Amino acid sequence: MVVNGKNISYSYDCNDTSYALRNVDLSIEQGEFVCILGCNGSGKSTLVRHLNALLQLQHGELTIAGIDVSNENDIWRLRRICGMVFQNPDNQFVSSVVEEDIAFGLENYEVPREEIPEKVNSALLLVDMEGYDKRAPNSLSGGQKQRIALAGVLALEPDIIIFDEVTAMLDPDGKQEVLEMMRKLHKAGKTIIAITHYVEEAVHADSVILMHEGKMIASGKTRDILTDVQLLKIAEIMPPMAVRVYYDLLDAGVKLKECPITNEELAEKICKLP
Amino acid sequence: MQITIDNLSYTYTDPSGQTVHALQSVSCSIDPGDFTGIIGRTGCGKTTLILLIAGLLTPTKGHIFLDGRDINDKSYDRNLLRQSIGVVFQYPEVQLFETTVEKDVAFGLTYSRLGSKEKEDRIEWALETMGFDFEKIRKQSPLALSGGEKRRVAIAGVLAVKPKILIFDEPIAGLDPYGRQNFMELVSRLNDDGTTIIMISHNMDALAEYTKRLIVLDEGKVIQSGKTRDIFLGWGRDTRGTEPQQIASLISKGKNTLLDDVVTYDDLIFALKKQLLGVEQHE
Ligand SMILES: Nc1ncnc2c1ncn2[C@@H]1O[C@H](COP(=O)(O)OP(=O)(O)O)[C@@H](O)[C@H]1O
Ligand SMILES: Nc1ncnc2c1ncn2[C@@H]1O[C@H](COP(=O)(O)OP(=O)(O)O)[C@@H](O)[C@H]1O
Ligand SMILES: [Mg+2]
Ligand SMILES: [Mg+2]
Repeated sequence: MVVNGKNISYSYDCNDTSYALRNVDLSIEQGEFVCILGCNGSGKSTLVRHLNALLQLQHGELTIAGIDVSNENDIWRLRRICGMVFQNPDNQFVSSVVEEDIAFGLENYEVPREEIPEKVNSALLLVDMEGYDKRAPNSLSGGQKQRIALAGVLALEPDIIIFDEVTAMLDPDGKQEVLEMMRKLHKAGKTIIAITHYVEEAVHADSVILMHEGKMIASGKTRDILTDVQLLKIAEIMPPMAVRVYYDLLDAGVKLKECPITNEELAEKICKLP
Repeated sequence: MQITIDNLSYTYTDPSGQTVHALQSVSCSIDPGDFTGIIGRTGCGKTTLILLIAGLLTPTKGHIFLDGRDINDKSYDRNLLRQSIGVVFQYPEVQLFETTVEKDVAFGLTYSRLGSKEKEDRIEWALETMGFDFEKIRKQSPLALSGGEKRRVAIAGVLAVKPKILIFDEPIAGLDPYGRQNFMELVSRLNDDGTTIIMISHNMDALAEYTKRLIVLDEGKVIQSGKTRDIFLGWGRDTRGTEPQQIASLISKGKNTLLDDVVTYDDLIFALKKQLLGVEQHE
């Protein structure tokens, strides 16, 4: 397990009356694509912020690739292994030139100067943004900004990449661009942890962790979780549209073979009906 | 209030002297009581357009008329403009700064001529309209609230002024599905009560469900405007539509029969029942 957490609890006010996280056990395999699904305020960000020690562990245990997150000497090593892209594309840039922005992280990690341009270029290539090195991040579209932010993370060659609601502010094209990126990195062997409250984004994950009121209320194979409407209801998450259609048709007396989770599966099953 | 936009252009000049033609010869109109969505990809000029309508930018060229009067005319009463149009910017929750929720909402009424009793009534009304229990929330610190709650408090601050026109810049971005639905229903109720609503959003499904009209921008120009349903149906098999439209399109491709007239989820279920069971009526 590349991520191994036991009994993690966290309280922002430190007086132990209200918990943002409560007794969460977490295990994620190397190379897995995991989606953390939950409504606003369910504790998703709080949970993943423990993974690269943006938040300090208060209760429980957590190791990332064998590194204990509470060991302060290892913080920088940890953050290099575990990169993170955030929701707002507009406030993750430190420089007004793309290449400087990506170089910034590398300089922080004291990568030798002569190696930096090469690493910046290969990071831009990975996110399909070669040729944008001299541009100002401000002049880019939302999806492009998120890909540049991602390039900054990729330049450090992390094993684990966390996406914290990175599509929330993007237009439909931008969303697709970024989701495409996640799938590509997953194929290339990275461990992907994607946070979202859009089930449509969860369908491509290997597994889903369902959060509600600071607790992990379920975890398992994507298909099992996304077709369990009772469970999703408790989590205050709307099931995928394909699942909703399946149950509405069932109510009307039309039974499809198996409950689909993607629109493509739904269409295929409907087309197979006599 | 009738909004008429006539041949409006806006050009930004950044510090290096470079110019961006954010809007070019835009003309359109918004009737009193409309619920109008503005869509288009990032950078197409949506935010610029609403800043101009609210009088927060001055046009490079062209005019904006409110009930026939040019809002950029020297004789136009700026105070009237501020009372008539309320703008909720993107991520309004970052602008909360008072010590209590009540004070934050009151801030919007700083320039109003209401007496203190009336002000308090307004604050109570605005917070209750946004779904809060006034007595419970009034003395709380805005900083202690969740993201969604903060956003509703920020909107209450704009609402308290009772503007005739309410403009929202991507108000549901980042809200979870039920939060989104609650918010859209609440805005619809304000619209039912006569408030003109203008809303920028990327969420096609929410726009299809709730707005009456759409303005589609591309590279600073209006490329389409009209009734929401007509515009969605006009796109046909295009991928830009709503999720039910995409499903209908996939089914049509596989089955060689068209699921026409599908825009919303209810349309989809209706069309499927009709096709699979021969059931004719909406439930
Ligand atoms: N910086 C903070 N200070 C105090 N409370 C916070 C802070 N960040 C989050 N919370 C609270 O912790 C809970 C979990 O929040 P969060 O992890 O951000 O949820 P999610 O990412 O699922 O929306 C919420 O009740 C939220 O209000
Ligand atoms: N303050 C500014 N200075 C220079 N250019 C700007 C400024 N604000 C916006 N722009 C540019 O104007 C165009 C339209 O922007 P905007 O109205 O914000 O679009 P949207 O809201 O549709 O994303 C974009 O090309 C954007 O980069
Ligand atoms: Mg979060
Ligand atoms: Mg905008």
